[in-house]
Amino acid sequence: MNLTLLMYLIPSLIMFGCGVYGFLTRKNMIAIMISLELMLNSIDINFVLFNRYLFPEQMEGMFFTLFAIAIAAAETALALAIIINVFRIAKDVDINKINKLKF
Amino acid sequence: MESVGNIIMYFVIALAIIVFSVLTVTTRKILRAATYLLFTLFATAALYFQLDYAFLGAVQIAVYAGGIVVLFVFSILLTHNPGEDSAPLESHRKWLGIIAAVAGVAVCGFALFSYAQFCGQAIPEMTAPGIEDIGKFLLSTDKWGYLLPFEALSVLLLACIIGGVVIARRR
Amino acid sequence: MPLSYTIAVIAIPLIMFLFLGLAGVKMGKKTTGVIGVIGMLITTILAYGVALTYFFGTGEGQIADGVRKAVTVFNPDWLSFSDTLVVRMGIMLDPIAAMMLIVITTVSLMVHLYSLGYMCDHHGNAEKGFQRYYAFLALFTFSMLGLVVATNLFQIFIFFEMVGVSSYLLIGFYYTSPAAIHASKKAFIVTRLADLFFLVGILILSFYTQTFDFFGDSVNGIMGMLDDPGASIAQAGTTTFMGCSAMAWALTFIFIGGAGKSAMYPLHIWLPDAMEGPTPVSALIHAATMVVAGVYLVARLFPLYVIVQGAMDIICVVGAFTAFYAAAIACVQSDIKRALAFSTISQIAFMMTSLAVSSADGQLIEIHGGYGLGYMASMFHLFTHAMFKALLFLCAGAIIHAVHSNENDKMHGLHKYMPITSFAFLIGCLAIAGIPPFAGFWSKDEILVAAYEKGLGWGLWMSMVAGMTAFYMFRIYFLIFHWKKHEIHTEHAPSDQPWTMTLPLIILATISIVAGFVPAAKLVTWDGAPLHTQLNLTVAGTSVLIACIGIGLAYKMYYKENTLPQRMADSCRGLWTAAYKRFYMDELYQFITHKVIFQGICKPIAKFDRAIIDGFFNMLADVTNRASFGIRKMQSGSIQSYVYFYLIGVLLLAVITMACVLL
Repeated sequence: MNLTLLMYLIPSLIMFGCGVYGFLTRKNMIAIMISLELMLNSIDINFVLFNRYLFPEQMEGMFFTLFAIAIAAAETALALAIIINVFRIAKDVDINKINKLKF
Repeated sequence: MESVGNIIMYFVIALAIIVFSVLTVTTRKILRAATYLLFTLFATAALYFQLDYAFLGAVQIAVYAGGIVVLFVFSILLTHNPGEDSAPLESHRKWLGIIAAVAGVAVCGFALFSYAQFCGQAIPEMTAPGIEDIGKFLLSTDKWGYLLPFEALSVLLLACIIGGVVIARRR
Repeated sequence: MPLSYTIAVIAIPLIMFLFLGLAGVKMGKKTTGVIGVIGMLITTILAYGVALTYFFGTGEGQIADGVRKAVTVFNPDWLSFSDTLVVRMGIMLDPIAAMMLIVITTVSLMVHLYSLGYMCDHHGNAEKGFQRYYAFLALFTFSMLGLVVATNLFQIFIFFEMVGVSSYLLIGFYYTSPAAIHASKKAFIVTRLADLFFLVGILILSFYTQTFDFFGDSVNGIMGMLDDPGASIAQAGTTTFMGCSAMAWALTFIFIGGAGKSAMYPLHIWLPDAMEGPTPVSALIHAATMVVAGVYLVARLFPLYVIVQGAMDIICVVGAFTAFYAAAIACVQSDIKRALAFSTISQIAFMMTSLAVSSADGQLIEIHGGYGLGYMASMFHLFTHAMFKALLFLCAGAIIHAVHSNENDKMHGLHKYMPITSFAFLIGCLAIAGIPPFAGFWSKDEILVAAYEKGLGWGLWMSMVAGMTAFYMFRIYFLIFHWKKHEIHTEHAPSDQPWTMTLPLIILATISIVAGFVPAAKLVTWDGAPLHTQLNLTVAGTSVLIACIGIGLAYKMYYKENTLPQRMADSCRGLWTAAYKRFYMDELYQFITHKVIFQGICKPIAKFDRAIIDGFFNMLADVTNRASFGIRKMQSGSIQSYVYFYLIGVLLLAVITMACVLL
């Protein structure tokens, strides 16, 4: 039995689907961020997989993932800072109640 | 033909990813969601190790598991009373989410199975990239060098630090 | 004195306007007035010098073949649009321009001086806006001088407008009084309407002649083309539109412009109302100078009018009718200034008619072996009329200043109190009535001779109007100065006014006596050639006789208080009321503008504009607004719904892409 590319892609795909579901259904902004991390992570896996299976002699995918992780860290830090700030003002992290800036 | 250990390892990792991902988005306790995320990230790191990207796996554990999840936990603790459950979902909202997720998965899955001959290939041989190679590539300006994105990223991180301080600062 | 000094004659009033207008507030009121008078005095001296040099000098280019030529002092390009379309601003002196310089500066100087006294109350304090008043007077003088020395039609038009503006400003001088505001607006709108025709006339004429200039130097001016059968102006005579030649249209339109300023029927309605302005202004603008701008315009283009008999006939009929119409109204007016205003209209109509009767069948009528007697008579009458009408108005101003009313019944029997004014007014009346040897006799006599030469009917008609003139002027005179003993309404009895006001009266009265002996026939002719005139004893005798009858009638009716005028008014009540109401011309205008134009045309157009045009755009805006409100719901502020839509889009794109790739 071979471990094919498809076999690795399926868990990644499911992880992405979970991320989408969580992003769409969660009300808590931090939970939404967590779902976002899931989606990002599944994409990272994909980069690594395609690099490993299709271009084993090169390292573009790996480096892309490396940078993506760094940027994700930065983005999360910033987003959480914003969320905490919003919480200070609105006393809530419910995304449905933070809609005063819509128009 | 893969070794049996590898195959067993694969199934463990795949199962962990799937289960913990689902749990991450379904649990009603936010702190648990963060914990399940941590497990998912660990599983991902294990996947990287299995694919011979040891450095990437290490980074994944260090940055994601060590940094981001800790950040999540801190902010959760800052914004929630401990042990508090989130309200149960309204059903239409839940179903909308499920439909969207399933539709997305279905479309992507269909695409994957349409390229079965390409997705079906076995894992090729590869010499695992050493730390020395990664370091050289990361800091070289040659054809495969990544110095420019590296520097750009450092500026981004600096901006991010300043931004984080400014935003979160108590006025 | 070099003719180029004319530039100073024009520039000084402009400088005075700017100086008094800008710095006047900082200076005392009296200082401003004195400076204005001094500036005007210098202007007058220069103008006299220039005019006398022109008339009697023998400088280069002034005289050729015994004919006094028009002299273009200078004529620089002002607006150069293209090689052919050039507007120039220059100074040209010809007999009528030189004469007008004298008329304008003389009357203006008198008015400046007179206003020093008039614009003060009885304690000698100057009125509010004294500086503004003098600045506007200077502006008016500048505009009028610029008009008369214009070298081209466009310059005339510009100064025509400026004269209108100064008139507007001065009529509305007492801008707190609604009547003055209405009067100034009325004057401005009516003359503007006429000026529109003037502009159209200019454009038609210039289109055919390719120039605005009267006498060109490099290119032929309009006048120069008349002698050249091949010139483009000949085309204007042959191109016809609605049965009249383009030339006739152009000249008629230009005449309408002149008729607006000169208050010819039916555009006369603004002039009586213009009496709302200060009386010296009425004397300067609405009696002596500005209102003759129309006459001057026709005189300026006289050589053109001569060859287009149709336009000349229109002027003739309009002038003759206006003369009679205004005289008839003047006979019943009770307001002294209004009566004088209608007298002015009548006299200006005399001048217009006189211009028009000098030609028949496209040819000038020969009289005493010379041509263009009517033209000469008209300009001569313009000159004398300016003097005695200014005198009459200034007298009226003195009277009004003394009794604080315009109405006849507040005056009566003033002779005892204001002897100087009374004598001056009497001289003015005798002059306008045409009693020898006063000024009016000589000029009016020439007009009548010209009219009789054109046709017996014209002559008799004008003689009749002359008789009416004598009657209504002496009616005013007797009503003011005699009729009955004066009832003193105010705390102090009326008396002769301070020297600043009586001195101009005396000067103008003197001029009115002697102005008839100015050898106008030798100087002011249409082609510059001296005209030999002799007193036509038949005409002169008749007109003096008619004038005496008019005076006698007025004496009988108005010298001593009696009931005859009342009985006469009662016997033909309808006619009397109609004349008193100025034959309902104002009401007619009111009806046409308000009921017909505003209600009938403007209202429906406005309705169309609001309902259809505005409605359409409102509809567009409304639809956009509603659509925006509908779309706004999508901007819910809920990130998750955005993501949902985004996801649908992405999936659709993916499906489409795959369908394209796989199928």
